[in-house]
Amino acid sequence: MSSFWQKSAAGYLLKSTVRLVLVIAAVSVISFVLVSESPIDPIKAYVGEVGLANMNEETYAKFQAYFGTDIPPVKRYLNWAHDFIRGDMGQSLLYRQPVTGVIKEKFANSMALMALAWVFSGIVAFVLGVLAGVFKNSALDKIIKNYALVLASAPTFWLALIALMVFSVWLRIFPIGFSVPLGVAAADVTVWDSLYHLALPALTLSLTGIASITLHTREKVIDVMGEDYILYARARGQRLWPMVTGHVIRNVTLPAITLQFASISEIFGGSVLVEQVFSFPGLGQAAVRAGIGGDAPLLLGIAIISAALVFGGNLLANLLYGLIDPKIRRQGRAS
Amino acid sequence: MTDRNPDILTVEDLTIRFSRYEKGLRKTDLTVINGLSVSVANSELVAVVGSSGSGKSLLAHTLLGILPSNCGASGAIRFLGEPLDNRRIADLRGKRIVLVPQSVTYLDPLKKVGPQVLNDRTDPPSIRAQEKLFEYYGLSPKTAGLYPFELSGGMARRVLLSAAMMETPRLIIADEPTPGLHLSAAKKAMLNFRNFANEGNGVLLITHDLELALETADKIAVFYAGTTVEVAPVGDFRSAATLRHPYTKALWRALPQNGFQPFPGTQPYAGDPIKGCPFAKRCPTVSDACHLDIPQRELRGGLVRCHQAV
Ligand SMILES: Nc1ncnc2c1ncn2[C@@H]1O[C@H](COP(=O)(O)OP(=O)(O)O)[C@@H](O)[C@H]1O
Ligand SMILES: [Mg+2]
Repeated sequence: MSSFWQKSAAGYLLKSTVRLVLVIAAVSVISFVLVSESPIDPIKAYVGEVGLANMNEETYAKFQAYFGTDIPPVKRYLNWAHDFIRGDMGQSLLYRQPVTGVIKEKFANSMALMALAWVFSGIVAFVLGVLAGVFKNSALDKIIKNYALVLASAPTFWLALIALMVFSVWLRIFPIGFSVPLGVAAADVTVWDSLYHLALPALTLSLTGIASITLHTREKVIDVMGEDYILYARARGQRLWPMVTGHVIRNVTLPAITLQFASISEIFGGSVLVEQVFSFPGLGQAAVRAGIGGDAPLLLGIAIISAALVFGGNLLANLLYGLIDPKIRRQGRAS
Repeated sequence: MTDRNPDILTVEDLTIRFSRYEKGLRKTDLTVINGLSVSVANSELVAVVGSSGSGKSLLAHTLLGILPSNCGASGAIRFLGEPLDNRRIADLRGKRIVLVPQSVTYLDPLKKVGPQVLNDRTDPPSIRAQEKLFEYYGLSPKTAGLYPFELSGGMARRVLLSAAMMETPRLIIADEPTPGLHLSAAKKAMLNFRNFANEGNGVLLITHDLELALETADKIAVFYAGTTVEVAPVGDFRSAATLRHPYTKALWRALPQNGFQPFPGTQPYAGDPIKGCPFAKRCPTVSDACHLDIPQRELRGGLVRCHQAV
């Protein structure tokens, strides 16, 4: 039965892999051009204005060799690409560690933050969107819609600052920042400590996602509520909730999956800002540091991981779609 | 007919309006059904015949209480002698009054046909009833496991018919149930309706197909631009002379067996302000009086909305 789906899925995966390679190549080139053409001098950024002024020729040459600024950019990129293909992402200049190690550590932090925000925003937004759409034009709908519209137009950065001010500074419910308590040995940090530090950044990060997914879900629900099969369900005496669970939710699931996976890139973008505000040691913060500090290997590594993640999200969404949508699932049989 | 045996359905002077907001938030009303009357007695199969856009589906939707929210209905509707208000409709629809909808789009595209016909019931007697209905309509048992997009037009019709027959209604409202069906399947559906009516129930058959109506119905309500211009027993369709309204006569003459004469013009667009008879523009015997208000009156055992009819 599903052999067709498997076959077409295999073809799809192959095509996607080719596309992913192209995306990674493009992302790495663009990121590289951006860092190497950046007006920031990485050596100056590293040692500071005074440090640079006091530096003798010999040390400066050493630094140049370390940051690679003595090699022409094209050659530098090719060297990097050569290593990358062999699985070596190079050394982070700022962290003085292999890029892979830095990314692993930051990635774990960011993933916790983003996954929490992603799941939370997905669930809350779906519920809000369905409620608003089903009770279109009611007071509830107006509250949800206006709330979402305000949130959608508020910048993440600003929201994060407000949240930090209200909850951490005034109410003191949540910590000011970081992913773990300060002054506690890494081994003594409990899961609760981590969650406690994660909560406010994750909530803040989910807010913008909630807004847009709510509004989109609401639109889809309104569309579905206007369909003939809803009229027919009503004509057959179905009550509101059986109708919502039996027909409305069923029919908004597919667009909701698309929305939810499309929001990964949004969450990713938002995480850079949120991590900055909450001093959260994640990928986003590392990316900002790498960009400002001219740490080309790290920046390239992060850019590639991010692109792959967003890409993987879309891929997963499409595969899920094929699994759920009977039109795609049954293509083989119908013909 | 005694009052102890009331008509299954009576609709009197039904008017349906859409309200729309035009630029500047000015509210305008669009009348799509105007002064419509029709009734279905016990054991009666009544056909509502009208061309497309004349408001037939809206009539069906009114009777099931599923008009859009920007749409208001006025008039008197009675079911088994009792007024049919929104509350009562909500209790009766799907049980005592069932709809055979107009197209496949009334099936949930993401739900298998079987559970949709069963209306989510899972008890063995219901499942057996569904299987019998599929057999009657020549649908293979496998059909229950298909999604609507896997059905042909004719299969979808038969699925919708089966869904209606799953219930034990007193009134079936069938909105164009036959287009896309093979002749034999259409005849089966009509036989099904006929038998159902004969058991003391009512059928309101909505169609644009006068010939089909003539074959099965007891009474025909002729619909033009949102109103009934004539209600006639089916026997009156044996000649143009026994009919009452010029539109009905024109329809009759347009039938293949009666000369196949087309008549010029088109039905006014819904919402076009009409004074007097909506057919006046196309009527061969139009006079000044046709542009005044024309009440519906009884004539020779039928109803007509034409001051010239004799
Ligand atoms: N939601 C709506 N808003 C405005 N006009 C409508 C709406 N639905 C139907 N109409 C109008 O009402 C008229 C009757 O429609 P309908 O009952 O579907 O006709 P029929 O079933 O006889 O083909 C049509 O002219 C259509 O344009
Ligand atoms: Mg119609």
